[in-house]
Amino acid sequence: MESLDLHKITVRELNQFLHKELPGKGVKKLEILNPDGVHSIAAGMDTEVDIDIQGHGGYYVGGMNKHANITVHGNVGWGVAENMMSGTVRVKGFASSAAGASGHGGTLIIEGDTSLRCGISMKGIDIVVGGSIGNFSGFMAQAGRMVICGDAGDGLGDSMYEAVFYVRGNIKSLGADAQIEPMTDADYAAVQELLNRAGFKHDPKEFKRVAGAKKLYNWNADANQEY
Amino acid sequence: MSKKLVLEESAGFNQKVIEYVHRASATGLYEIRGMGAKRQLPSFDDLVFLAGSASRYPLEGYREKCTTTTVLGTRFAKKPIELAIPITVAGMSFGALSGRVKEALGRAATEMGTSTTTGDGGMTPEERQSSKTLVYQCLPSRYGFNPDDLRKADAIELVIGQGAKPGGGGMLLGQKVTKRVAGMRTLPVGVDQRSACRHPDWTGPDDLAIKVAELREITDWEKPIYIKVGATRTFNDVKLAVHAGADVIVVDGMQGGTAATQTVFIEHIGIPTLAALRQAVDALEDMNMRGKVQLIVSGGIRTGADVAKALAMGADAVAIGQGVLLSLGCNSSSYVQNGQHIDATADYNALGTAPGFCHHCQTGKCPVGVTTQDEILEQRLEPLVGAKRLKNYLKTLNMELTTVARACGKSNVHHLEKEDLVALTLEAAAMAKIPLAGTNWIPGVSPF
Amino acid sequence: MCGIVGLLVKNQKMRADIGKLMLPMLIGMTERGPDSAGLAIFGAPVSNADRKFSLYAADEDFNWQKLGHDFTNHLGTPARIEQKANHAVLTTHLEPSTVRVWLKEHYPSLHLLSVGQLMDIYKDTGTPAEVAERYSFQNLQGSHLVGHTRMATESAVTPAHAHPFTAGEDWCLVHNGSLSNPNSIRRMLQHQGISFETDNDTEAACRFLEWRMREGDDLRTALNKGFDELDGFFTLLMGTKDQLALVRDPFACKPAIVAEHDDYVAIASEYRSLAHLPDVKNANLYEPMPEELYIWKV
Repeated sequence: MESLDLHKITVRELNQFLHKELPGKGVKKLEILNPDGVHSIAAGMDTEVDIDIQGHGGYYVGGMNKHANITVHGNVGWGVAENMMSGTVRVKGFASSAAGASGHGGTLIIEGDTSLRCGISMKGIDIVVGGSIGNFSGFMAQAGRMVICGDAGDGLGDSMYEAVFYVRGNIKSLGADAQIEPMTDADYAAVQELLNRAGFKHDPKEFKRVAGAKKLYNWNADANQEY
Repeated sequence: MSKKLVLEESAGFNQKVIEYVHRASATGLYEIRGMGAKRQLPSFDDLVFLAGSASRYPLEGYREKCTTTTVLGTRFAKKPIELAIPITVAGMSFGALSGRVKEALGRAATEMGTSTTTGDGGMTPEERQSSKTLVYQCLPSRYGFNPDDLRKADAIELVIGQGAKPGGGGMLLGQKVTKRVAGMRTLPVGVDQRSACRHPDWTGPDDLAIKVAELREITDWEKPIYIKVGATRTFNDVKLAVHAGADVIVVDGMQGGTAATQTVFIEHIGIPTLAALRQAVDALEDMNMRGKVQLIVSGGIRTGADVAKALAMGADAVAIGQGVLLSLGCNSSSYVQNGQHIDATADYNALGTAPGFCHHCQTGKCPVGVTTQDEILEQRLEPLVGAKRLKNYLKTLNMELTTVARACGKSNVHHLEKEDLVALTLEAAAMAKIPLAGTNWIPGVSPF
Repeated sequence: MCGIVGLLVKNQKMRADIGKLMLPMLIGMTERGPDSAGLAIFGAPVSNADRKFSLYAADEDFNWQKLGHDFTNHLGTPARIEQKANHAVLTTHLEPSTVRVWLKEHYPSLHLLSVGQLMDIYKDTGTPAEVAERYSFQNLQGSHLVGHTRMATESAVTPAHAHPFTAGEDWCLVHNGSLSNPNSIRRMLQHQGISFETDNDTEAACRFLEWRMREGDDLRTALNKGFDELDGFFTLLMGTKDQLALVRDPFACKPAIVAEHDDYVAIASEYRSLAHLPDVKNANLYEPMPEELYIWKV
């Protein structure tokens, strides 16, 4: 297996290799050693390949990912898999703020907890969190699904659009326009499928559904009232 | 004898204010509208040029060379942008504008050798195909933002704020969120779209530096990265944008336009372009970054004289939004269809306005088909007609710019300098730090 | 905006190497704060009656020997002076108020950076590596320290504007973020007779908290009042004679990460400042929660 050591090359050299040389090489799997909290590791991937990052990453690990399957054997900083389009990013440890921010597609799996603003502005990505998520998560979430096996912090789903969240634990508070809704069979199936994808063993029956009440969709609907 | 009726309007509670209080009381909502600040502000109009005469010699108009070539993004990017003229088209979204308008902008800009810019909501194929040089905006909402378009772009503009609404997010009211607009932004059709005021994945200049580096990594350090700020604490903001690694800084003054924002933002937040430009140049000078990091200024640039004054004050280029829309026919009493001028005043009246006064971009019912997504109204702007008009406009600005530059004895428009300018008002002299005409006096800086 | 680092060494044997352990932490935060850097180190206490005064002279050729002579002549008692580049630590048994007045009268150009029995402060403009080199940070010894790298947002780049800020004795604070109401806090405190040395927003937070604690609040109560009064974004790291304390604002817009190990507790804005620490892979790594006060005792 190809190994790239960030003690020996810069992240810029690493990414140039991943973007420009890797696609022609037929490499199916590679590992990145000594990440040591460096930023933008494997950002802008556009190739189907399995990447194992052996250690902790900094900001924007797998940022804007397409096609690649990235596993971080450690924690990550802000904005892991931000704006992801497809592929998978799996974090074995915990993820800092804004995990999966603005993600359009693919799957982000975080085995530990995530910090604040997980899934902010998400646009179709699926996020599965083994632990708990921090405050203001799912702010303005537009589309996609988020499964939270632990608890959710304050203001979950504030101003959310069409995304759907499934929470197993406690929700500290819901944000403006977010509401708890009854689970349907389709919801149970969706949770089961996402848990399977992540490899987490929970009973879908334990999850609650959170979605937007859509009261903010046309906030000037009351306009032109005369008193 | 009949008594003469004398009515006295209150200066504070004038008719405008009375209307405001009545409207607020009736609706319980703030007003949202398009375009930029309408109030009187110190501006480029308050500056004039000192041309060559006996002490300096002017160049012959039309005959002697006057270069307008403008290169942007020379600091870190492997592929800087070279423009034929220092006048660019500001970021305006597909959504605020129709696809046909975006096409017209691209065509005209390409013919003039300059750039256009996407807006909130992503890049349309029309504008990519028609624009030789296209700047791709990365906004807080990230609507329609994706790596494929990022790689197709010629430069990336990370937008922190906008002159019409620094500190606020974008807006697109439901009537403009059509199926295509909604699809590009991953939103339901017809909802009022509110954009975030901060980026989702960074806050503050230290984290911005990391974000800029990520965008460079994703695009292999090839494309220039602009950072755009709405004019408020411009001196500090420009310094921080330099720290964060910008190739180009865009400063948008409070006269800058918008497709839809709260009026309170438009008229009461931010500082005039004149003041912001001077602060931006001071910041770059202070850091010895003039010429290394390029500066684009926008916000109420209308004429070739404005462009020349902006360049003299230290901008490398300008960006124009509202002027560009006006050139396409915004606020015109008619639109062109198959070569015929068709009167649109009734449509303005239906919106409660008139040609010359319209700021109703937020309604999506633009009578001349510029700021609309309506299938019928958008036909009122023919891309080729729009492109022709905009090309004429940009050409006029550029001719005026070179005329001024030649008169000041410059064979390159970028050789205009602030010592070529004097101010007509105290306010402009103080804000721009340019002496009052006929004196050496810059208030707070030098004696009379 | 900034990078912050904190290190508390639990293992007695490692305390002689606290400077060496910290140095890569501070340098790791260079991109977050390239303008200036600073450090507060809590070392062995001076004898009970004594106080240490950390002083900064803008002039590199400042005559510290003359200051020592003048001190003895004017105040009738000698002071111990240890100089490092532009800094010196003056030790005396005289009351802090006496020393302050004397310094202001005879050496108004000097900056008094801190007063205490354990704490020395060093801060200056330049990259973290330059500042560390100038003041031999790698040789520092002690139980805990608080460090900072600064990217100036609104106020000037000068040694006085660098962090840490102090108020009172053996107490310091560094800050990552930006307050949105520092000027009204400052005006309110000025009415309490509190004076300021810079226009830095961090100094407003620092003097606010110190004022609350002087009024009898404990740190937790003072911080709770801080949540009501201080607006904007902040992550605050504080050092006292026997503890480190960390708190993030409710929005937690600035990053922070903690590594707790049997031998040490290390705090930094980002993991890249912790990656080199010995056996860090066996440390408990976590992100502090917003609005929660974390305290580690020496």
